[in-house]
Amino acid sequence: MEWEVVIGLELHAQLATKSKIFSGAATAFGAPPNTQACAIDLGLPGVLPVLNGEAVRMAVKFGLAIQATIARRSVFARKNYFYPDLPKGYQISQYELPIVSGGLVEIDLEEGETKTIRITRAHLEEDAGKSLHEDFHGFSGIDLNRAGTPLLEIVSEPELRSAREAVAYMKKMHSLVRYLEICDGNMEEGSFRCDANVSVRPRGNPTFGTRTELKNLNSFRFVERAINYEIDRQIDTLENDGHVVQETRLYHPDTNETRPMRGKEEANDYRYFPDPDLLPLVFDDGYVASVRRSLPELPDAKKQRFREQYGLSAYDARILTATRELADFFEATAAAAGGEAKRAANWIIGDLTGILNKSGTAIAASPVSPKMLAGMIRRIADGTISGKIAKEIFEAMCHGKGDADTIIERQGLRQVSDSETIERIIGEVIAAHPEQVAGYREGKHKLLGFFVGQVMQRSQGKANPKQVNERLKSRLNESD
Amino acid sequence: MTHNEIPLHKKSIAALSAMLQQGTVTSVALVELFLERIHQLDPQLNSFITVIPEQALQQARAADQRIAAGTSGPLTGIPLAHKDIFCTEGIRTSCASRMLDNFIAPYDATVVNRLHAAGMIVLGKTNMDEFAMGSSNETSFYGPVRNPWDVTRVPGGSSGGSAAAVAAGLVPAATGTDTGGSIRQPAALCGITGLKPTYGRVSRYGMVAFASSLDQGGPLARTAQDVALLLGAMAGFDERDSTSVDRPVENYAQHLSGSVDGLTIGVVNEHFGEGLDSNVAARIESALREYERLGAKIRRISLPHSALSVPAYYVVAPAECSSNLARYDGVRYGYRAEGPSSLEEMYKRSRAEGFGAEVKRRIMIGTYALSAGYYDAYYLKAQKLRRLIGEDFNSAFASVDVIMGPTSPTVSFKLGEKLADPVTMYLSDIFTIAVNLAGLPAISIPAGFVDGLPVGLQIIGNYFDEARLLNVAHQYQQVTDWHEQAPPGFE
Repeated sequence: MEWEVVIGLELHAQLATKSKIFSGAATAFGAPPNTQACAIDLGLPGVLPVLNGEAVRMAVKFGLAIQATIARRSVFARKNYFYPDLPKGYQISQYELPIVSGGLVEIDLEEGETKTIRITRAHLEEDAGKSLHEDFHGFSGIDLNRAGTPLLEIVSEPELRSAREAVAYMKKMHSLVRYLEICDGNMEEGSFRCDANVSVRPRGNPTFGTRTELKNLNSFRFVERAINYEIDRQIDTLENDGHVVQETRLYHPDTNETRPMRGKEEANDYRYFPDPDLLPLVFDDGYVASVRRSLPELPDAKKQRFREQYGLSAYDARILTATRELADFFEATAAAAGGEAKRAANWIIGDLTGILNKSGTAIAASPVSPKMLAGMIRRIADGTISGKIAKEIFEAMCHGKGDADTIIERQGLRQVSDSETIERIIGEVIAAHPEQVAGYREGKHKLLGFFVGQVMQRSQGKANPKQVNERLKSRLNESD
Repeated sequence: MTHNEIPLHKKSIAALSAMLQQGTVTSVALVELFLERIHQLDPQLNSFITVIPEQALQQARAADQRIAAGTSGPLTGIPLAHKDIFCTEGIRTSCASRMLDNFIAPYDATVVNRLHAAGMIVLGKTNMDEFAMGSSNETSFYGPVRNPWDVTRVPGGSSGGSAAAVAAGLVPAATGTDTGGSIRQPAALCGITGLKPTYGRVSRYGMVAFASSLDQGGPLARTAQDVALLLGAMAGFDERDSTSVDRPVENYAQHLSGSVDGLTIGVVNEHFGEGLDSNVAARIESALREYERLGAKIRRISLPHSALSVPAYYVVAPAECSSNLARYDGVRYGYRAEGPSSLEEMYKRSRAEGFGAEVKRRIMIGTYALSAGYYDAYYLKAQKLRRLIGEDFNSAFASVDVIMGPTSPTVSFKLGEKLADPVTMYLSDIFTIAVNLAGLPAISIPAGFVDGLPVGLQIIGNYFDEARLLNVAHQYQQVTDWHEQAPPGFE
């Protein structure tokens, strides 16, 4: 039987506010346990939540960026359950009336194809604390630093049809929240998390199969692997006349499998009801308009503009707009390189990304600034250096040897373009290799590469390759 | 009797304040007097959970210095007690529960802050029904409070300790909270004046939550004038409480001179039906005639949904309570069962052992009402009723200025009399509950006695109409002396 995969993702983006969603405590990551938890985060008796306006603004920004409906009135609700790292015995979330509903994003598939994925809703809620089970000898430790950190939960429609689509969607969202500067996107620190709802059904079947919810997917790679494992497991179960059980499963990266979480979690009846401590969140068109004015250029618009303004390919435009920092780097380089946008794109996507990835450096901390890169590109464009020499110069710039012009001067890397010198070297090479000259003249034209190599070697790479090519062909084709 | 013959412990705050300013008494002397009365008399009443003599005297000395320096206000140096539901930094806040028997808050409630800033001296924390759940003050972990008018009877609840202490002259004023009548009903049963302000008028920050959408703090004192002084200091917007209302606070104590001539008083037909003790009804009728003599007009009105307020309340309040009390899990503070073998056992036993029967009953009712499949039938329906009840009041206030009636259907009842029958107990709040559901302000003032036990007149006002309510109450107290009576044995 042919199976169709149905996936929906629930993403949790920690909003990059300075303080928590309902208290004034700081949200910074990595502080000693319970040093960033105030009376409100601890759920002490009598304390009350006060909504952080910055978190609301960020949620609205997100909603506008995915062309969603921004609810003029939304309601915070309590999700009631007992857990030691949930101080109040309930999580303040949004249930029936979320702040954002009905948006969409376009995701990039292979071969330049795109697909539109609808977003069901996005709502504001508070994060829980953390339970620490090691080092307490028969007890568990509770760290409430994270309790009350603002989260935006983003729920997609079940429209993703493969693990790859799920990852493409997640990457798109990751890029978007960072563009909007509402989330730092740090997956290792849990700032951007993913739960996946996965089911399979016979292709053409209109009803959904039973789904499982996958948790602990804290990297793009784990998302892909966990979903693929789960798809195989479900198909295997169904093809052996079994039933998929609706449950929450945890992904174990060490063994690359999903295993059910303990069943009690499932029996929860969350008893949602509107939180009486918080008034409904109401805003007018003026507020929404002011947030709209603060939106940056979004990835899709930027991609389109890069293609039009710089004549880039769809592929290049997509890579360069993946993050706002990279896009800004490119634009700064292109501007300083005086219209050499395509060359700038190639160098950034190729060599620069290569060395950054190798050393795990962010584009913001690049050893080569847009100005330096542009300076080098201008020397390629005006013929001062060849592409080959440029690689050497780039390498030197990465090691802090100064800008391109300094390196060219210091190391005498200026390209040799005067025909007299080139003709002299060509003459020497021809004289030194009579056999190869004969071979070429008998029709072994592949030998041209050999002669070019020899000339470049003798010129220490500085001879203008284009000139060398032309002159060699002409000289070799002359009969003595 | 001339003014000077009234003993200090029976004087109003206004009178004590004048004496402090004139230097005829010191705050230290007042504090010593009331501490001594608490020491002597409270064993009969059990109205205090915690008394803090040292801190009180220290504060009193500071108050006397401010008075001498001329930097004092009308409440400076006046003793006060807080219901043990208001968090007090460094002083236990038990909510009369074993669960919080060991809890010391690291912060003051906003109400505590504001009354402290106004210069009042806290003598201690008063007894109450556990987590404010009860109408007789019998559900306290620290034992029941007794009514000073008859110590075999209840003081009402849940602010029973505050009401009994004020009535017995153990303190001139106390704070209370009112979720379904918890200020007004004990004020009525103890023969004092108690005000539940408009929802949002007084900050709930630091007030241990029972039912967040209904809870409202307010003052209890002997006179409407004293209540006006206290409310002026307690009320006001608080950025730490999102449900507090950003609206200027009136000078209530300066709005007590208006005449009630021409005032239209609504009297609710539904309040004078089955369940109302006929002697209580007679006292209320008599109070209404007094108002008529003062020039007020009586207008009979109907609040058609008022009978549904008790069922609506006993869905909404337990629902919110079931969630509000989830934080008492033994994990971070409060009572934790000894030697649990698992997390689940720790939860179950800590809560089973830490909460009393009435609290557990309400948590269970509320959990049920919010459960999947029952939410629409109970919680949602109760919210609809709540809206209808509010609309009833809105239409009533289109034609009347205030609404008057009995605060409680009976006078104080015997300890243990209703404890075994929760529904009968719940019905003792039948006249007060609708006011909380609508969020309106209401005051209970003494309006006579039945067989030596006080009767309370409830006056309900429109939203934020506290100034009018207090004036209407004050005018009655200018021509009656019910509020000046003291219980035998506590004179």
